Amino acid sequence: MTMQSRITPVTGHSRRSVVRGTLGIGAAALAAPLLTACGGGPSSDPKTVTFGSNGADATPKSAYAELTGAFTKDSGLKVKTNTVDHDTFQKSISSYLQGTPDDVFTWFAGYRMQYFAKKKLAHPIDDVWDSIGSGFSDAAKQLSRGEDGKYYFVPLYNYPWAVFYRKSVFKERGYAPPRTWGEFTALAKQMRKDGLSPIASGYGGGDSWSILGAFDYLNLRANGYEFHMSLMRGEVSWTDRRASRTLDLWRELSPYYQQGAGGRSWQDAAQSLLDKKSGMAVIGLFLGQQITDEKLRADIDFFAFPEIDPSFGQDTVEAPTDGFMLSRRPKNPEGAAKLLEFLGSAQAENLYMGVDPSNVAVHSKADTSGYNPLQKKSAELIASAKHITQFGDRDSDPGFISTVVLPGLAQWLGHPDDGSALLKKIESQRSRFFTA
Amino acid sequence: MSSVRPAPDAGPPRAPAPVRPARSRPRPLRLGRGDRLFLTVIVGVPLLALLVFVWLPALASIGLSFTTWDGIEPGDIQWVGLDNYREIFTNYPPFWPAVQHNVVWLLFTALLPTPFGIFLAYHLDRKIRFTRFYQTAVFLPMVLSLAVVGFIWEIIYNPDNGLLNGVLNGVAPGHHIDWLGDPDLNLWAVLIASAWRHTGYIMILYLAGLKGFDPALKEAASLDGANGRQTFLKVVFPALKPVNIIILVVTVMESLRAFDIVYVLGGGVGSKPGMELLSLLITDNIIGESSHIGYGSALAVVLLLVSLVAIGTFLAQTFRKEDQ
Repeated sequence: MTMQSRITPVTGHSRRSVVRGTLGIGAAALAAPLLTACGGGPSSDPKTVTFGSNGADATPKSAYAELTGAFTKDSGLKVKTNTVDHDTFQKSISSYLQGTPDDVFTWFAGYRMQYFAKKKLAHPIDDVWDSIGSGFSDAAKQLSRGEDGKYYFVPLYNYPWAVFYRKSVFKERGYAPPRTWGEFTALAKQMRKDGLSPIASGYGGGDSWSILGAFDYLNLRANGYEFHMSLMRGEVSWTDRRASRTLDLWRELSPYYQQGAGGRSWQDAAQSLLDKKSGMAVIGLFLGQQITDEKLRADIDFFAFPEIDPSFGQDTVEAPTDGFMLSRRPKNPEGAAKLLEFLGSAQAENLYMGVDPSNVAVHSKADTSGYNPLQKKSAELIASAKHITQFGDRDSDPGFISTVVLPGLAQWLGHPDDGSALLKKIESQRSRFFTA
Repeated sequence: MSSVRPAPDAGPPRAPAPVRPARSRPRPLRLGRGDRLFLTVIVGVPLLALLVFVWLPALASIGLSFTTWDGIEPGDIQWVGLDNYREIFTNYPPFWPAVQHNVVWLLFTALLPTPFGIFLAYHLDRKIRFTRFYQTAVFLPMVLSLAVVGFIWEIIYNPDNGLLNGVLNGVAPGHHIDWLGDPDLNLWAVLIASAWRHTGYIMILYLAGLKGFDPALKEAASLDGANGRQTFLKVVFPALKPVNIIILVVTVMESLRAFDIVYVLGGGVGSKPGMELLSLLITDNIIGESSHIGYGSALAVVLLLVSLVAIGTFLAQTFRKEDQ
């Protein structure tokens, strides 16, 4: 009896306290996200700068590691790098910047950078540009400014889009790089006769962005830079006669596309060019990342996208620029500014290109003596351009491009009939994305 | 509570013991204060969590669906009334295809993999040889994570070196089918991948039901001269009503919330031509660099209403039957 009366309350209490403890943990777990949201995050360490990187692939990852390592050696400041997969980084950028972002983060030039500057999710860096400005051309400066005229961006590298091919294939078959639209389509026709897929093409899965390169160039060559940019910025109607001309030209080209493109990745399409199954590919210099056999690199060449309207010629080059921005409330503003100054130096670009040779440096004092022939030719192409565009989804509202334009174009390319229905569909959505 | 004295060997009778019968007579206070506090906490905290993490967002979505907002500055929220809904129903190209695909998904799942799973379960429940092996084989896809399922089917559907096109090429050379790229085809390709997974799920649910089935009923049926099909349709199937209900609910829910496998096979960027689904359209508009929270919320409310109608009808019917 006594035993019982002593034991029961004890077990009762302990069971209850266990539950109470669990509840406490549960409540703490619930409260945790609220707390971190309210507070200013972990105490900031003046000796550390945080760096958010989208370079998750092996090559850019080690290139960025090289950069941050050199910066630590120079300045004594530690860099804490937080690497996120490229697509995930892009998709979550908006919530990332509103939460507790890293001090410095990788991003793209163009409308996409200006959008976040306008939304005050990035911090202006005019003071950084005071010290790095002399190393950049006016075009690069233009690319780094927000709509308010302040600087928000430090460029690192860019890479041109063009039509790539294998020299040996052209030599064997006696093809010559075309300069005009007529020569281009004639060459494609000849390639198909010779049993090649004339234009390597893969926009399956998450790669539908890769068709924008062709769209941009067709539009730029047929209608010129001004019209293309107004179209991208939502200032002209997509049912404009000029936009439908672009689709008409594309329809002319589409029979020469590699079959089954809607289910193929861009890497597989690039591989078919390297395997000599396709004759040409409209793609960026990053095609080089697909090369595993270094001997092959010397056999790759490109020509600028052919001329369609002589009054515009080949005056525009699509050369997306990647670089860095400063988050709106950096935890270590001085350190972050120092890091940005370093990233905007010729030394940083040299270090980066040393690891990742499939890009071209933006800094005018960068060392170009180590460039491979493709890099040299790319640099010349970019330098000779009258206008430089960024890319469809960087020159426009990315939501508009990814949810309206891309699915529309991809579907249309499957059955490229009259484009006016598609253009009407796109136009009906334009006002949703571009309102004053 | 009861032990007032701190001494561990507190002697014979406990003080409050005689009070107990007296306390239980006036009804209302059966629980002590501590107990009530305890109950409040143990019910209150989950309730609070439910309110904060489920109902608040749901109500907020409904509220936001009447506004336009880029998700950045709360001050930018603008009331637009029913504009989002009007736009969605009249002028949003992927909306009606998405509704249609959701319906196709539901019908397909309900008519093919679900009955097939039941069929397999019924046959594998009998003592045939290697039945464990077959059960494991069919259930295996359910064990894999969805990313892996996506990879497997990407390899099968790859247009250049995929299994399917390889086989096709062996049988009839020159055919080149773009399984995931062709908008007229890719929904079916994805449905097959999803059915591959769903069949095993249904099979295991039904097997569990069959294991608990009273064999005497089957014996009685066979004594009465029922053949295999009659036994199943007239005896086994009706007797397994609880399992059937679970399967129906699972099928409807899986069809309405279909998202992951389409997302994976579509390349993980959002809706693709031919594979639009309501769930994908919602994320298209909400997640991304420039989000349209109001528009996406309106789409979410549409999906919520559709789900409520489906689940509500079903629950109402079940409960009505149970009441009778």
